Amino acid sequence: MIPAAFDYVRASSAAEAIQLIGQYGDEAKFLAGGHSLVPAMKLRLAQPTVLVDIGRVSDLSYIRDGGDHIAIGALTRHMDVEKSPVLAEHVPLLAHAAGHVGDPQVRHRGTIGGSLAHADPASDLPATTLALGATYVAEGPNGTREIAAADFYQGYFTSALAPDEMLTEIRVPKMGGAGWSFQKFNRRAQDWAIVGVAAWQRGSECGVGLVNMASTPVLASSVATAVAGGASAADAAEAAAADADPQGDLNASVEYRVHLAKVLTRRALEAAAS
Amino acid sequence: MTMTDNTTGVLGQRLLRREDPALLTGEARYTSDLPIPGALHLAVLRSPYARARIVSVDTSAAAAMPGVTAVFSGADLAEAWAGPMPCAWPVTEDMKSPTHYPLAVGQANYVGDGVACVLATSATAARDAIDAIDVEYEPLEAVIDLEDALSDRVVIHDEIGTNRSYTWDLKIEESEGQVDQAFADAAYSVKERYIQQRLIPAAMEPRAVAAIPQPFGGDMTLYSATQVPHILKVMTALTLGIPEHQLRVVAPAVGGGFGSKLNVYAEELLCVALAKRTGSPVRWTETRSEGNQATIHGRGQIQDIELAADSDGRLTAVRVRLIGDMGAYLQLVTPGVPLLGAFLYAGVYELPKAYDFSCTSVFTNMTPTDAYRGAGRPEATYAIERAMDSLAAEIGIDPLELRRRNFIPTASYPYEAMTGLVYDSGDHDRAATLAADMIDYAGVRARQQTQNVPGATKRLGIGVSTYFEMCGLAPSRVLASLNYGAGGWEAATVRVLPTNKIQVVTGTAPHGQGHETAWSMIVAEKMGVSPDDVDVLHSDTAIAPLGLDTYGSRSLSVGGVAIAIACDKVIDKAKQIAAHQLEANPDDLEFSGGEFRVAGSPDRAMPLAAVAFEAFTAHNLPDGLEPNLEAHTTYDPPNFSWPFGTHMCLVEVDTETGQVDVLKYVAVDDCGNQVNPLIVDGQVHGGVVQGLAQALYEEAVYDSDGNLQTSTLAEYLVPAASDVPAIETGHTVTPSPTNQLGVKGIGEAGTIASTPAVINAVVDALSGLGVRDVPMPASPNTVWRAINEAQGGQQ
Ligand SMILES: Cc1cc2nc3c(=O)[nH]c(=O)nc-3n(C[C@H](O)[C@H](O)[C@H](O)COP(=O)(O)OP(=O)(O)OC[C@H]3O[C@@H](n4cnc5c(N)ncnc54)[C@H](O)[C@@H]3O)c2cc1C
Repeated sequence: MIPAAFDYVRASSAAEAIQLIGQYGDEAKFLAGGHSLVPAMKLRLAQPTVLVDIGRVSDLSYIRDGGDHIAIGALTRHMDVEKSPVLAEHVPLLAHAAGHVGDPQVRHRGTIGGSLAHADPASDLPATTLALGATYVAEGPNGTREIAAADFYQGYFTSALAPDEMLTEIRVPKMGGAGWSFQKFNRRAQDWAIVGVAAWQRGSECGVGLVNMASTPVLASSVATAVAGGASAADAAEAAAADADPQGDLNASVEYRVHLAKVLTRRALEAAAS
Repeated sequence: MTMTDNTTGVLGQRLLRREDPALLTGEARYTSDLPIPGALHLAVLRSPYARARIVSVDTSAAAAMPGVTAVFSGADLAEAWAGPMPCAWPVTEDMKSPTHYPLAVGQANYVGDGVACVLATSATAARDAIDAIDVEYEPLEAVIDLEDALSDRVVIHDEIGTNRSYTWDLKIEESEGQVDQAFADAAYSVKERYIQQRLIPAAMEPRAVAAIPQPFGGDMTLYSATQVPHILKVMTALTLGIPEHQLRVVAPAVGGGFGSKLNVYAEELLCVALAKRTGSPVRWTETRSEGNQATIHGRGQIQDIELAADSDGRLTAVRVRLIGDMGAYLQLVTPGVPLLGAFLYAGVYELPKAYDFSCTSVFTNMTPTDAYRGAGRPEATYAIERAMDSLAAEIGIDPLELRRRNFIPTASYPYEAMTGLVYDSGDHDRAATLAADMIDYAGVRARQQTQNVPGATKRLGIGVSTYFEMCGLAPSRVLASLNYGAGGWEAATVRVLPTNKIQVVTGTAPHGQGHETAWSMIVAEKMGVSPDDVDVLHSDTAIAPLGLDTYGSRSLSVGGVAIAIACDKVIDKAKQIAAHQLEANPDDLEFSGGEFRVAGSPDRAMPLAAVAFEAFTAHNLPDGLEPNLEAHTTYDPPNFSWPFGTHMCLVEVDTETGQVDVLKYVAVDDCGNQVNPLIVDGQVHGGVVQGLAQALYEEAVYDSDGNLQTSTLAEYLVPAASDVPAIETGHTVTPSPTNQLGVKGIGEAGTIASTPAVINAVVDALSGLGVRDVPMPASPNTVWRAINEAQGGQQ
């Protein structure tokens, strides 16, 4: 549980962080809440030689009403997302999902930006923001760009971010009173999901994101198509795994994951509609 | 004095544990907290292969790294050992045990087996240098499956030529052929196979060691997070050839053990050997992943059990075949674990002399197994309690009713079981009735009628488990008959200081059990002082030189009783002094409430405090009597202690997902008189959770190449507080007649009873779907698969 040797620098702004990461090159990594990166370093699965600590870039910790969307600073902690009155009103699904990340200690340290940038398909917030049609804002040496959540996830722990790009903001469309449900299925309360489903529904329109059903978070478009075509929750849920490509692990075989995705999607759609 | 009525005394009160403030505020000092100036840090390079020939070990690059003092391969240290690592339980004359050194020489035999080690001036430098050791391995085929191991298709250890360590039989028949005949004549019989998955003990505090050479003369102090400082001292002296009187072993605060610290580990021997060699203190702290790989595992058995019963469902014969998974080597008591269960496969039931038990234990390329909370007895209880449910299903009667028909009748206690062991006391019907009332057994059965209808996706199940625990290890002669390498006595010294404060020195080695509180209560009751006036000294062989430590639920029923006896001896001596002072005959003196009184003359009295001071000044003692009030005793118990009880568990199973929800858990345990019911409840709670963890969550999983898949706590699922139900405890009190306190052990009971109660509940919930068994752990995936298989559907 002793990481390999590394250097540590602290950035006080996004610009400085980007400059530092550019300066140190490929072996450098941003350190946000450290709750994905540090465990990997302790097991020496990750061995960055320089950590650029962005944990104190406090002007990136905010939740603001942006008109048609809510803008969340990348350094906002899960606990602040969970407890935000603005999100409770406009994007309750995200606030609720953030409340299911790990345990209180994790939620006090981990950040939404870190969770998304880490691109772990088993994490709750990537699939949830995907279901909500979020847009991520990245800042790099050449300026700022917007990346649709649907374009962001490229594989296990791999995102569209360039190594010297930093995630700065997450823009989540307001839900406009849509029904929603977050179904997280795990063996212990504090664990990652074996399968998770984040869903919202407004009439025949819906968005369904799947946790831990492929090497990336999955947008279950086939379910949305079925719902748009008037299918019942149970019938639409049969398509839950159509866009997925799950792996087996100690907690679930492939067959079981597919089965769970269907059951949980049905439950999510039923809850969202009621 | 028996304490069946202790309503007015100290015994039986729910005193808060005096240990807790230091533990809860972080003030307690564990081995890793000890400041040791100049200590070198040990790190161990562990084999990444389950079985591999060690072709070469190049330590030169590691040795050249900053902060590194020395690097050793197994071969480099071969001369350091006077003997191989000890196994104290050669269960049979012809038991096979491969030579086992703290660092492997020639061949590594499990993932985690030490291959080389580093000493460095910091833990960081030691860890970094590990990566620079260059080992060339020739990977060999690993043996993981127990039946494959039994076949000797691949023999792991060339030296012993087979994977079989031993076969141990216990066949008991009135007349030859009785077991076979009983099965031939049986009105009902069942035959079941159960798998006891491997478990990782996961004590809160990882293992930690520090060996400190003392100035001049070669004395050595060994600090270790151990539950057996005394045994560790003897074994370390033997293994390293250190004169035993030059070795002192101290167990500072120890954060749990559950049997995993009842051992002699490679790192303990390495620290001492290297401290001796370098003249510097050497310390080591385990990482959690090292703990999962290289601290012993528990369980690991395949159990085949058969029950024969007559037309009333009364048991007529039991047959058991076990395959025990020893892992790669035999650790301290590895081979004995199945034997501890062998006597309990008839549970709390009357069985004629018609019992046939045989266990064959095999080596595999996995972490060595050894004693883990309950050790052999949870496995046995699981098998008989699951099989009783199968038998009930076979006969078509309620499982609780079947148990009642078979209970050993209360009137027959003390009861000589078919094994020849004498069960001291029991009242199974009373415990079962109390548990049934607490959980509303009849009400649940009625609810099931309405809830578990065809198509229902939330099914209710109730599980029963009744148990006897054979604990308080143990009468030395019985241990001798089982070839155990030590006795079962315990030592105690009680010393009344001049100011009437009392020191108790015990050979027990608490690591979370609350002995300081409990032992002070026993002394307070005996001596008529406040528990606050009693100090309990333990876990340091310089202070408590004699003892056999803490395991097997032995500490109270052996060590606690030893203290009571030592108190009696002190009182006898004090009585002579008081009689002398009061000019009375000692036989005429009574002692109670801390005061000696002449019978019939209440005004002629002398408090213990005054006697203690007289004993100290020695100005006016009876002729020939030595000064001071102190007594030592070594107590060898006449019998095991036999706690018993009934646990019941209520679950709801979501048949769509396979998720098991424990709605209610009731534990009725009878451990005789309770010294401190608060501590008893705590032991039951922890034990139940640990047993429930085996039922629903935990398993050490290996892939077919012998890689441990659950090497961190992200994969090895120890349930947290939010995952366990509220536990309702109830108690009956049936004092043990074999010791003066009337006590029985309670440390392992919860673990023993709970696992089958939970699985019986899960299977009960699903019985309407045709499910007859669910393997452990009953994870959602496993439950879902069991339902599908029963329904003839996909897996
Ligand atoms: C015990 C435990 C339980 C957990 N349970 C869950 C759970 O149930 N569900 C769940 O979803 N998650 C869970 N997590 C993960 C947790 O949510 C992490 O906090 C989160 O995944 C990462 O956020 P972080 O701020 O800690 O990122 P860090 O660990 O600091 O960084 C993670 C990665 O993202 C990069 N990074 C961080 N911020 C940025 C940025 N702004 N721009 C670009 N790159 C960046 C880092 O360089 C690093 O590679 C758990 C973690 C722990 C330790």
